[in-house]
Amino acid sequence: MTWSARVARWPIWAMLWKEFVQMRRDRFTLAMMIGIPMIQIALFGYAIQTEVRHLPMVVLDESNSAQGRALVTSLVTTGNFDLIARVADRDEMRRMIESGKASAAVIIPPDFARDLKRGREATAQIVIDAADPLSSSAAIAAGSQVGARQTRALIARASGGQIGSIDVRVRPWYNPGLRSSVYIVPGIIGVLLSMTMVIVASVAVVRERERGTLEQLIVTPINKTSLILGKMVPFLLVGYVQMTVILLVGKLLFDVPIAGSVPQLYLGAFPFVVASLGVGLLVSTAVRNQAQAMQLGFLYLLPNILLSGFMFPRAAMPEAAQWIGAALPLTYFLTVLRGILLKGVELASLGVELAALSGFAVVLVALSVLRFQKRIDG
Amino acid sequence: MIELGIRTVGLRMAFGDLVAVAALDLEVRRGEIFGLLGPNGSGKTTTIRMLTGLLEPTSGSAMVAGIDVIKSPERVRQRIGYMSQRFGFYEDLTIHENIRFYGGVYGLIGKERRDRIEEQLATYRLGDRARQLAGTLSGGWKQRLALACATVHRPALVFLDEPTAGVDPASRLLFWELIRQHARDGMTVVVTTHYMDEAERCERLAFLSRGHLIGIGTPTEITARFGLPTVEAVFIELQRRDEAEPNGRPQ
Repeated sequence: MTWSARVARWPIWAMLWKEFVQMRRDRFTLAMMIGIPMIQIALFGYAIQTEVRHLPMVVLDESNSAQGRALVTSLVTTGNFDLIARVADRDEMRRMIESGKASAAVIIPPDFARDLKRGREATAQIVIDAADPLSSSAAIAAGSQVGARQTRALIARASGGQIGSIDVRVRPWYNPGLRSSVYIVPGIIGVLLSMTMVIVASVAVVRERERGTLEQLIVTPINKTSLILGKMVPFLLVGYVQMTVILLVGKLLFDVPIAGSVPQLYLGAFPFVVASLGVGLLVSTAVRNQAQAMQLGFLYLLPNILLSGFMFPRAAMPEAAQWIGAALPLTYFLTVLRGILLKGVELASLGVELAALSGFAVVLVALSVLRFQKRIDG
Repeated sequence: MIELGIRTVGLRMAFGDLVAVAALDLEVRRGEIFGLLGPNGSGKTTTIRMLTGLLEPTSGSAMVAGIDVIKSPERVRQRIGYMSQRFGFYEDLTIHENIRFYGGVYGLIGKERRDRIEEQLATYRLGDRARQLAGTLSGGWKQRLALACATVHRPALVFLDEPTAGVDPASRLLFWELIRQHARDGMTVVVTTHYMDEAERCERLAFLSRGHLIGIGTPTEITARFGLPTVEAVFIELQRRDEAEPNGRPQ
């Protein structure tokens, strides 16, 4: 038999064909695979759009001047702040913020108007409850924008002589690290892929075991590698479809930046998707039924969301949490995603991350093939 | 010398302290319908799993269809078929797709595979519903489909693990018709069952109790040996002895 005739008889082709027929027939799962990324991006996308609006704000106006009131008015007209109260002193201001009634406070010092009149730089301060990092970044942007606009207005009104300027200083409280919202969006790709790849891969194998078809497959000449590859390849494609959906929806509806090369991103995603499928296969060797597979899948999702740097900066975490983060493929893939999508970084300069991801992929798949064999024999 | 379908010597399977099958010596002739009987937990399924290479025996040897199953399980698999209690086909594939899939797994391609699918559909009377999803079939159809999948590669030997559980009498009759036809064509059939009328259809029987072979021969020989009128009576007697001494070795 020639080599190509031999290859044509490999059981893996039958396996792949079967997986695709089953996938096409399982409309619900297919719809979920495409629908979930749409829902996720829409949720996150709209949250990002609304986050900047209407922060409840209090005013501590110690200058009691027309200039001070003008500054407050222009802050309110940006739509980012709603004036809810005027406070008498700093203690009251602190109480308003601590109780959560106000998310921002503008402090206009007593010499604000005098400084302006003398042509000096007048300083106002905005204090922001930055426990919610998303709202604080928006408020900072709005604050400095208003400062600049007011200064321009002063210049326009001034007829020669000395011109003062307004410097609005924003003090983010509770979270000086400040992370921007665009940081979240590329991360959704990684989080979503982690979740769906792990769950679909584990459920797909466990389902065969539950129904007794796995036992049947094992008594056929198909080898473990073909079996596992046959399971992985279709889901690899699903992963890429999901990624494409998020990128398209993100770009079209929410104007998420794509600064770098999309083909490079797809290439960089390969070891990550394989590693995630490897986790799923590993899960499938440890559980008895589909419900357990789902539970373990969601359990895996939690550290991925919290410790990978998806939502919180890893630098600010205790060392133990950083170590756990370092053991998650998503941590490295996030750097790849953000690097390529936001900064336009070349894949070639992400060598460390790619090496780590490839290492995860090889180790996890090899481990699941080994474990898989044991389960059948034991 | 009679050509052998299966020959085991001292085949033993222990899970920790539990001995599932103890030192089994068994010979099954080629082209024979061989019944494996015994109460639940007697080691029938474990024996079949060892003979199909699903389980590696703790010790002993087994030749299946002329190949050492412990040394080269992959080579044995090309020559045997296996139909489990749970029917190993896919409920979300049609009859035709299931047979096509298993044909492909056994390395059948192109015209060879197309012809084989047609043969299987005809032999197992599955043609009328070839495009129907397997999950929507009734018991008898499912059973025939499972057998069609297990024999798509024309194995020398086929293992049937409780193949007729939950199937109506007419379908069981047709099923046994097909099995006998296979045996006439030279295929060795090893079957486990709980139905005594089926046991009596086997050419030879082996009774297992707590992993021990306690009787082997034609149905007539078996009943004579135990001095009981029917195979069913033998079975009930064995079950009674099993329950009488929960931890002992059967006599």
